[in-house]
Amino acid sequence: MKWFWYASPETFYPLAGTMARASAVAAAALALAGLYVGFFVAPTDAQQGEVYRIIFIHVPAAWMSMFLYLVMAFWAALGLALNTKLSAMMARALAPTGALFTFIALWTGSLWGRPTWGTYWVWDARLTSELILLFLYFGFMALQASIEDQRRADRAGAVLAIVGAVNVPIIYYSVQWWNTLHQGASVSLTKSPSMAAAMFTGMILMALAFWLYSIAVSLTRVRCMIREEK
Amino acid sequence: MLEARDLECRRGGRPLFGGLSLTLNPGELLRVAGANGSGKTSLLRILCGLLTPEAGEVRWKGTAIRALREEYARELVYLGHAPAVKDDLTAAENLKYACVFAGLSSTEIGSSIERFGVPADVPIKKLSQGQKRRAALARLALSQQVPLWLLDEPFAALDAAAAGLVEELVRAHAGAGGAVIFTTHQDTRVAATRVIELHA
Amino acid sequence: MLEIARALVCRDLRLALRRRADVATALLFFVIVASLFPLGVGAEPNLLRAVAPGVIWVAALLASMLSLARLFADDHADGTLEQMLLGAAPLGVVAAAKAAAHWLVCGLPLVLLAPLLALQYDLPGALYGTLVLSLLLGTPVLSLVGAIGAALTLGLRGGGVLLSLLVLPLYVPVLVLGAGAVEMASAGLGGQGQLLLLGAMLVLAAAAAPWAIAAALRISSE
Repeated sequence: MKWFWYASPETFYPLAGTMARASAVAAAALALAGLYVGFFVAPTDAQQGEVYRIIFIHVPAAWMSMFLYLVMAFWAALGLALNTKLSAMMARALAPTGALFTFIALWTGSLWGRPTWGTYWVWDARLTSELILLFLYFGFMALQASIEDQRRADRAGAVLAIVGAVNVPIIYYSVQWWNTLHQGASVSLTKSPSMAAAMFTGMILMALAFWLYSIAVSLTRVRCMIREEK
Repeated sequence: MLEARDLECRRGGRPLFGGLSLTLNPGELLRVAGANGSGKTSLLRILCGLLTPEAGEVRWKGTAIRALREEYARELVYLGHAPAVKDDLTAAENLKYACVFAGLSSTEIGSSIERFGVPADVPIKKLSQGQKRRAALARLALSQQVPLWLLDEPFAALDAAAAGLVEELVRAHAGAGGAVIFTTHQDTRVAATRVIELHA
Repeated sequence: MLEIARALVCRDLRLALRRRADVATALLFFVIVASLFPLGVGAEPNLLRAVAPGVIWVAALLASMLSLARLFADDHADGTLEQMLLGAAPLGVVAAAKAAAHWLVCGLPLVLLAPLLALQYDLPGALYGTLVLSLLLGTPVLSLVGAIGAALTLGLRGGGVLLSLLVLPLYVPVLVLGAGAVEMASAGLGGQGQLLLLGAMLVLAAAAAPWAIAAALRISSE
């Protein structure tokens, strides 16, 4: 019952502020912890040396990019079904952050590829899927930007986000298959299954930090949108 | 028959009208008047179900139209600003397809087109503006069985003869127990049962 | 309901017949794009044979997308789309019929033209069957999924390019499976798996896309 109280932009505004501030602080703390573990605690990799440490940013960013797309689609669908403006605002607020993490995943993947495989871009299954995900994010943002009427923009974006969300697993698996067809499993930026515990901890910490960062930033954006509406 | 409660409409961020309620019974002619931009077309579209109002609801024979969808659509004819005819088809072909899409019988197409004085076998793009409007309005002659008529500026771009024909059809329809809602700037000889004024 | 769907397909075919030039330009685009690649990558026969499936598929994708922009635009402009929204058939049926008509006018000709292009690339004869079958299964999916994009971008500025941005990522699985089927066949592994997956995608698209298209049409018509 309490949820519907917060479904109104006016009442959500102060709550969003509090949550955003708390998340930002927590994000900073977790990021420091994660980076510490990643750069000082985790052992040097046998094959790749120090370069592999970029996975502490690359992998959590990739996780976030996919997670945020699903969350965005969820809020958009909710806004479409219940006709609530705030849900649509959440979806709009999440999109740029999701796109940012996708870009970070691509960029760090590319930086990792150079010393490891010799080229800045490898048509690795994950990187290719991330690239397509970036296009999905851009499509969502471009569609909303091209529609003048905010309500139509929200609803059209919701349909697109839902169609995209349904397609993400299909795209992911077809690209996976495509990758094995053309290059075999040799070129891959995923770490081997046996990871040192410290590495895993580092990645989890960074993932949580990114998640809280996303919450802080998107809530701040929603507050800006609420102010704009007035 | 048709009932609207507390309709509120916003277009392009601007509020157009709010708290608008109306009821329509069989045999009634409702005229919606108002200056340009006052929301006449939006009101008609809300009553059709094409546009969702910010607030309020529309009910047809007691049930909300959102729940009825096609059943409601079958009970109405909406003629908007756009002529709703394909340029590359002839008037006869257009009317035939319009009937199929609306679920109407298409036996009287020829006579209806003749009544409106439109050449039946010429592609619409070769006709004049007025003839195009007539071709679009020919549909009304076939829609006597459809209870609700929603006409947006039906007399626009028509000469006196065609306007007279439309007035005749509207009066006949109301007389037979149908209901008509129409918007118009012009003076018309159709005596409306009621008039709603929209203020911008 | 079926009568309305049939009438709609007939109407669109009749309209396409009266505007033959529009249809022909999309097909011509298909041929031109496929002819540009050798000019770009060189005419080495082995290279061309290797890239043929991919090139033909990409060209089919682009040609299909080009014609999508007009799918609903004409009906929207002259008001007939509105009438279909208020018609006696469920909007999903109308949407499916429009997509079917689009495929008949813009997709099927591509399938029929593909062997000619394969000839240009000297694709081994044994692969023609797989290529045509993959296009036959894939182009309807392109029409159905593309129609969602066309409905969403109805009446918007920058329509065609925006449509491409929205729809191309969704086309990737079809492209991968379609071209992949031919590649698997050329490697002697048979493309049946990919063709079956394409068939599954077609079934999924045929079942789900019409409702998405209908929702998008309602949203765009408000």
